[in-house]
Amino acid sequence: MTGPSLPRSLLTNPRLSQWIAFEAGRVLISSGKVELGQGILTALQQIAADELCVDMARVEIVSGQAPLTPDEVYTAGSQSVEMSGGAIGLVCAQVRETLVAIASDRLGLDPATCSVRDGRVHADGAPTGIDYWGNIDALDLDRPCDGSAPLLSRRKPRFVGMPVARIDLSEKVFGGGFIHDLTLEGMRHARVLRGGFRDARLATLDEARVRRAAPVDILRIGGFTALVAKRQRDVEVALAAARPSASWTVDAPDADAGTADWLVRQQCSTRTIQAGAEPAPSNSAIRLRFSRPYLSHGSIGPSCAIARFDAGRLEVWTHSQGVEQLRQALSMVLDIDIANIAVSHRHGAGCYGHNGADDAACDAAMIAKHFPGVPIRVQWTRSDELSAAPLGAAMAVEASATLGEDGMPADWKLEIWSGSHGQRPAMAGRPNLLAAEEAGLAQPAADVLDVPDAAGGGGTRNAFAPYVLRGQTITHNLLTRPTPHTSALRGLGAQVNVLAIEGMMDELAAAAAIDPVAYRLRSLPDERARRVLARCAELCRWSARGEAGTGVGLGIACSRYKNHAAHVALAARVEIEDEVRLTDIWCVADAGLVVNPDGARNQIEGGIIQAASWTLKEAFSLGDETTVSRGWSDYPILRFSEVPEITLEMIDAPDLPPLGVGEVAVGPASAAIANAASHALGARLSTLPLTRETIAAALLRGA
Amino acid sequence: MDETVRLRVNGEQVELACGKDERLIDLLRERLGLTGTRFGCGEEMCGACMVLVDDRPAYACTFAATDAAGKDVITIEGLGSEAAPHALQSAFLELQAGQCGYCLSGIIVSAAALLKRNPAPSRAQIAEALDPHLCRCGAHHRILKAVEAAAHQIAASPA
Repeated sequence: MTGPSLPRSLLTNPRLSQWIAFEAGRVLISSGKVELGQGILTALQQIAADELCVDMARVEIVSGQAPLTPDEVYTAGSQSVEMSGGAIGLVCAQVRETLVAIASDRLGLDPATCSVRDGRVHADGAPTGIDYWGNIDALDLDRPCDGSAPLLSRRKPRFVGMPVARIDLSEKVFGGGFIHDLTLEGMRHARVLRGGFRDARLATLDEARVRRAAPVDILRIGGFTALVAKRQRDVEVALAAARPSASWTVDAPDADAGTADWLVRQQCSTRTIQAGAEPAPSNSAIRLRFSRPYLSHGSIGPSCAIARFDAGRLEVWTHSQGVEQLRQALSMVLDIDIANIAVSHRHGAGCYGHNGADDAACDAAMIAKHFPGVPIRVQWTRSDELSAAPLGAAMAVEASATLGEDGMPADWKLEIWSGSHGQRPAMAGRPNLLAAEEAGLAQPAADVLDVPDAAGGGGTRNAFAPYVLRGQTITHNLLTRPTPHTSALRGLGAQVNVLAIEGMMDELAAAAAIDPVAYRLRSLPDERARRVLARCAELCRWSARGEAGTGVGLGIACSRYKNHAAHVALAARVEIEDEVRLTDIWCVADAGLVVNPDGARNQIEGGIIQAASWTLKEAFSLGDETTVSRGWSDYPILRFSEVPEITLEMIDAPDLPPLGVGEVAVGPASAAIANAASHALGARLSTLPLTRETIAAALLRGA
Repeated sequence: MDETVRLRVNGEQVELACGKDERLIDLLRERLGLTGTRFGCGEEMCGACMVLVDDRPAYACTFAATDAAGKDVITIEGLGSEAAPHALQSAFLELQAGQCGYCLSGIIVSAAALLKRNPAPSRAQIAEALDPHLCRCGAHHRILKAVEAAAHQIAASPA
C-alpha cells in the first residue's frame, strides 16, 4: 500500500504516537471507533497483535476518549475494520519493521534473518535482547505512518481470521460492563421532562405539585426542563407527578405520517442522478412503489449519560457513536471552549445508528453546567427512547422499467422519497442536539441535508442496481420540512432501495417468464456477486421452488453494500396463513478477509434478524399523543418464538481486503422476505411491514 | 412511610427500610449495588430486569420492594461469577451468545429458572420461556443454542 491509498483515519491522524504506545510489557492501541456489541475492539486487538508479533493479551485497546484517541468520526457504516483496522494495521507494521531495523543496525544483522516473537527480535531463531519496551525512544513514534510496511496479518496471520472470543462480552454475562452502572462520588440523578414527540416544547408546569411529590430541584432553561435529586427514586416520583401537570406546545405530525402516500406529497428538494443512457418515455413500464414507515432504533437499554462541570471543564461519559463529534457539538451549544471538554465512551445497549445516546449526553451536560462540581446522571425513560430519540427515516421508492426485446430490463428508473439519514451531532456543522433546541441554545436547521453520495449516500444508499442496464435514472426527493427528526439507522436507505430493486427484478423476470435467479445471473456482471447468488440458490434448493400462490413462498435477493463493499445473497422461506411466518433464511456473504469469523457471523445474523423484524412487524406510529408509540406494546419487535432458522456461509477470500459486515444484510434480507411473501401469495407485497393489514390492503388492490 | 423489609438476596440476609413506591430493581441496583439487573422499560415488556424470586422469574422493574419481604431473590450476580460461573454463563461465553449484552442478565436468569424446572427443554420450550425477553441485536439463535448447551453440560456433570 502506498501514500494515496492510506485509510482516511491515517490521513487525519498521521502520527504513529496517535495510535500506539508501549508501557511495561503492554501495548496500548488507540482507536476512535467504539464498541457497540459488534466486536470491533477484539478485531482491532487481533490486527495489532498480528502486525506487532505480540500475544493478544499484551494488547490493550483504548477507545473513544476524545480528545485523546484519534478522531475517526462516527462508528458507523460498517467501516471500522476498514478504517480503524486499516490504520492500526499499517501503524503496527511500521513499528515492527522499525524494531527489526534497530536490531539489524545495532547488531549488524541481515534484516531478512530477523523476526519478532512476542515483541522481541530474534535472529535466526535466537533472541537478540532487543524488544519494543527497551527501545521506545529509538522507535521514534512521533513521525507519520507512511503506509509502506508489509502487512503480516494478510500474509501469515496468527490471530486474524481466527474465531477469537470477544473481549467485551465476558463481563456482561456476569452482570457488568455498562454506562448505566457507573457511579461517581456525589452523583445526582436527573430526568428530563419530555412530551410525546421530539418537537414538543413545555408550555406550563405546576412546579409546586412536583416539589410536593419529592425533594427535587427543577431546572428550566427555555423549553428544557430537568428534575434533579440525590436519590433516583425521588426523580422518578417527581417525573410521574410532573407529567399530568405539564402542558405542551407541539405541531402534532399527520396521522398518516410515514406512509408512501404521505411521503410523496411532502415538500422536497429533488435531484436526478443519471448513469448511462437516458430513459425513453414509455407507456408499458412496470411500475411499483415500495415503502417502509418510520422506524425506531429500539435499543433495549434507554439512553444514559453522566456529566460533570468543574472549574470551567466539562467531562462527559456517553455511549455516543461519535465522541469527538459530540464534543464539538457540545462546545457549540454550551459556550465552553472545546479544549475544556472531554468526552469518554462507555458501553451502552446496542444502538444500530443514531439513537438517544448523544441527546442524553447533552441533557447531562446542560444540567451539570448548573450544578458545578456535581456529577449528573441522566437516565432516559423507555417512552423517551422511542418518541424523543431520532427515528429511522420513512421511505417510499418507486421503481419502473420496461422489458426490452431481449427480455431484459430497459428504461430503468428509481424515484426515492425520504427524510434525512444523517443528522448526527456536528454533521454539516450543526449541533443536532435536542436539549439545546429545547433550551433555545440552538435552532433546528432551516434546511435538511442528507449523507452525501461520496460517503455512501443516505436515501440513495444502494439506489444503483448492480445489473447491466443501458442506463439508470435515480430521482432523489429529500423531505425538506423538518418532519420527525430522522437520522442514521442500520443500513440507511439501503433497506428500501434493495427491496425495490430486487422486487422489481422478480416482477420483470415474471413478465419475461424467466426464473428469477437465472434472470439476475443474466445481467449480474460482478463475479463475486454471481458466486454468492449461485451458492445461495443452491443452499436454499431454489431449483425445487414451488408454484406461486400456495401460501408457502421462497424468495431471493442480492446486493453489494453501498455498491462497493461486501456482497450478500440471501433467500427466505415463509408460510402465510393469517400472518407471515418466516421459517428459514439462507445467506451467503463475501466480505473479503474476515478478521474474526465468528464475530462477523454474529453481526450478519443480527442484521438479518433486525431486518426481518423491520420487514414483518415494525412501524413507528405518529399522529397525536394518543397514537404515538411510547412502549414495546405500541412498537412490537421480533421475539424468540418468531426468529427463523439461519444458514450462513462466508466465502473464504483472505486475499481480498476486509470489509465491514454490520449492515450488509439488511437490504437483501428485507427484499428476500418480501419476495418470498409475494411468491407465497402470488401477489406483489411492497408496503412494509408485512402485517395482516398491509397484506389485506395489497390483496384488495390487486383484486 | 418506610417499612423494614427483610429478604435474602443471592443467599445473604438483608434488612432495609423501603418506601411503598420503591421497586425491587431500585433496591438491588442502588441500595445493594447489584447493577447487573438492567432497567429496560419499567412495564414488564422487555425482560431486561428479570430476577428470580423464590426460583420464579419476576420483573424487578415493577415488583414492589416491600413485597419481596421474606423472599429469596437471585440476580445475575448470584447465579455465578467469573471465578465460579453458572453453566449458562459458561455456555453463553463459549458460544459468544450476545452482542451488546444488555438483554443477557435477564435472559440468563430466565433460562436458569427454566433449566431448574425442566432440565432438558426442547428448542421450542426454550424459545417459549425466553419470549418475554427482547434482544435487539439479533443474537437469538446463539442464545437458544447456548441454553441447550448449558442443559447438556448440567446433565453431563455429576450432581
